[in-house]
Amino acid sequence: MLHFTRGKIIAILSVCLFGVLACLPNFLSQATLNRLPDWLPKSQIKLGLDLQGGAHVVAAMDVEELRRDWFEKLREQIRAALRKESLQFSLSNTPAGIAIRLTKPEDMDAALKALRPIAQPIADAALTGSSATDVEVRREGSDNIVLAPTNAGLVSRVTQALGSAVEIVRNRCDPGGNKEMVVQRQGADRLLLQAPGVEDVKELEPCFDVAKLTFHLLHASMGVEEARGRVPAGYEILPGRDGQDYLVDRRSPVTGEQLTDAQPGFDQRTNEPLVTFRFNQSGARTFGKLSSENVGRPFAVVLDRKVITAPRINEPILGGTGQITGNFTIAEANSLATNLRSGALPAKLSIVEQRVVGASLGADSIKAGQRAGIIGALAVVAFMTFAYGLFGIFAVIAVFLNVLLIVAVMSLIGSTLTLPGIAGIVLTIGMAVDANVLIYERMREELRNGKTTIASLEAGFDKALSSIVDANLTTLIAGIVMFWLGSGPIRGFAVTLSLGILTTVFTAFTITRLLVAWWLRMQTDRKVAPPISFKPVRQ
Amino acid sequence: MFKGIDFFPHGTKWDIVGKRRWFIGLSIALAIISAVLLMTRGLNYGVDFKGGSLIEIQSKVGDLDIGQLRDKLGKLGLGDIQVQAVGTGNEALIRIAQQADEKAQKIANEKVVATLGDGVTMRRTEVVGPIVSAELKRTSIIAVIVSMLGIFAYVWFRFDVQFAVAAIVALIHDVFITAGMFSLLWIEFDLSVVAALLTLAGYSINDTVVIFDRIRENLRKFKKMPLPELLNLAINETLSRTVLTSTVTFLAVLALYLFGTEVIHGFSFAMLFGIIIGSYSTIFVAASLLIAVGVKRDVWAGEKKVADKPSGSGAAAVKKG
Repeated sequence: MLHFTRGKIIAILSVCLFGVLACLPNFLSQATLNRLPDWLPKSQIKLGLDLQGGAHVVAAMDVEELRRDWFEKLREQIRAALRKESLQFSLSNTPAGIAIRLTKPEDMDAALKALRPIAQPIADAALTGSSATDVEVRREGSDNIVLAPTNAGLVSRVTQALGSAVEIVRNRCDPGGNKEMVVQRQGADRLLLQAPGVEDVKELEPCFDVAKLTFHLLHASMGVEEARGRVPAGYEILPGRDGQDYLVDRRSPVTGEQLTDAQPGFDQRTNEPLVTFRFNQSGARTFGKLSSENVGRPFAVVLDRKVITAPRINEPILGGTGQITGNFTIAEANSLATNLRSGALPAKLSIVEQRVVGASLGADSIKAGQRAGIIGALAVVAFMTFAYGLFGIFAVIAVFLNVLLIVAVMSLIGSTLTLPGIAGIVLTIGMAVDANVLIYERMREELRNGKTTIASLEAGFDKALSSIVDANLTTLIAGIVMFWLGSGPIRGFAVTLSLGILTTVFTAFTITRLLVAWWLRMQTDRKVAPPISFKPVRQ
Repeated sequence: MFKGIDFFPHGTKWDIVGKRRWFIGLSIALAIISAVLLMTRGLNYGVDFKGGSLIEIQSKVGDLDIGQLRDKLGKLGLGDIQVQAVGTGNEALIRIAQQADEKAQKIANEKVVATLGDGVTMRRTEVVGPIVSAELKRTSIIAVIVSMLGIFAYVWFRFDVQFAVAAIVALIHDVFITAGMFSLLWIEFDLSVVAALLTLAGYSINDTVVIFDRIRENLRKFKKMPLPELLNLAINETLSRTVLTSTVTFLAVLALYLFGTEVIHGFSFAMLFGIIIGSYSTIFVAASLLIAVGVKRDVWAGEKKVADKPSGSGAAAVKKG
């Protein structure tokens, strides 16, 4: 056990050298790093939001809204398909889906034929070869057909919607891509936004607005009070930003999707913040037609089902440009313009979890973590030296290299260091010496049993091996489970703990052993005196 | 050359297994107290599991008047609001109970922030909605169960099912009593404490596995020795290691507890207490449990081929025998 071939020694030392090199970038400034040759590792450990300060926000997508929109769209499709075949029918929503009741049962075959194309194969299901569709067309009885959306259909819609929401939110929060924000999906219907340096979630909240812009005509003659209780067909009452309610036409001939640009600006006369926008060709045409046919009537600019402003159409608007005023603050005008440019979110995102850490607390945490780490390490060094003398110092060297390797691996894989992560490293310092304690106590035992020094040293490493591997693997199981199930800071802990376990096994069996082997080679006396003290067994 | 001081008594012949009724009785008593505490008093769930908001504030000028703060915030009518002084007197934690929905929670936070005024800075804000808190609770329970199962499976494969049962009972004992301690002292129980409990599970089993390893070795070596004597021997032989290791880890975690920030107090407390209870169960309970579950010594003693040890003591012992 205590013999090393030259190759092994070189391998162990190169791992250590590599560890030192990979650690170094963390202690160098960016300027120094840039001057280093390219073949050197340059990546640094990223600090978690709890250490550098920032906001961690999880928002959930409104799946119910997506489902409602989808049902609405399906109803339209059903109507269109059946009208095309001139069939008579009535529609109703049931828990299972949309029920279609045919007026004449003999139309059944024609209706089924017309409705079947509505069912679309699910994109990712096509890859796996399954024939799943997003809706099922089922015949029920002689005159009923049910269009039942499938679970897979909804899941695939949510997945798609979330995918585009991730893009949209990223474009809104970090348009330049230089704020190092992380936007990613989390689970089936969640979106995770990590924004370093943001200390108030209010800054991020506008990114989660749907920002669905629609234009509606107001009712020509009926006032809102008159309509309460008996809203005319095709109309609805929407609240306004000014506190008033408006009776608006449900239809929106033009929407935000037809915008090509939106910019914040100021009203030239009143200096009030506003948003100017430009329609694309089809939007400009529709809007022109709408305004020329309705001169003198008020229309409503609606954002997320809230009337922002309801001006009167004084003259046809043909240029395809317009502006929205609505008592905005400058910040509101800015975020509205950004939101309109990036497009509307597919459904509402509501914040379900937020964790914000100020930079000052982050700095304090780093300081506290460093202090705890240094003091913990000193205590361990003192204890190990007291208990094992020179060999204790060997153990300390191994633990030092151990921490170095953890930092090195974390730097290379671009892992994030969190406060629990620091705790994991401190804990590793404590647990890593365990391997050495096992080995050294075993050596003492063998010495007590009357074995020679060399035999005892051999046996120490030899017999402690299985214990060390067993003991560390069980902790590794806990670490992996934490990584798998945990989020954010807990993951950070799981990473350092698991890495610490791997490096512990490595250092205990290479570094400590190598140091002991070297020590042994330096001994000139053939009968080597025991390197660690031991008390003889009391009889 | 300084060779260290072998200060721990060796060659001890403590009859721990013989007194197992006392130790197991004590453990059962502690477990029952924990169970009663957990059922009647429950845990002081943090915002992770209870939902609601947590705001850590720091005064810009001088110390905070916690009593006055409590009065002012209590008048807002936002349900249960707790104000707790932390750090050196100019910091406080404010916990706002979960409101009807996310919007109400947001408004409640804004009201509190407005009431606090400009004299303080927000050091940390955590808001967890009801769906997420329920989910975190569920995932935490799953995590604890999955790690226990994983550890059980590992010990089973490396040793035997009796060892695995004894190990897992000792493990549940440690985690359960630590949770009971959190209930007793009413320390906040949040996600980081669950992480500590999982680590504790890994750490405590670590100690137990070392003793089991030694028991297995002794089962091969001393085929005729009565089981209680053999277990005692294994415990006594590994005693110095168990205590030394626990001391070192305890020292490292103590540094975390004393010098870490408020954020990891719960975590380090769980680890500190867990190391103590873990060492206790390792030394006084785990090995004795092997008798209770009826370890089959012939499995190890009579084995001709030892697959898990290509070299070393196991193989040597078999050769000699």
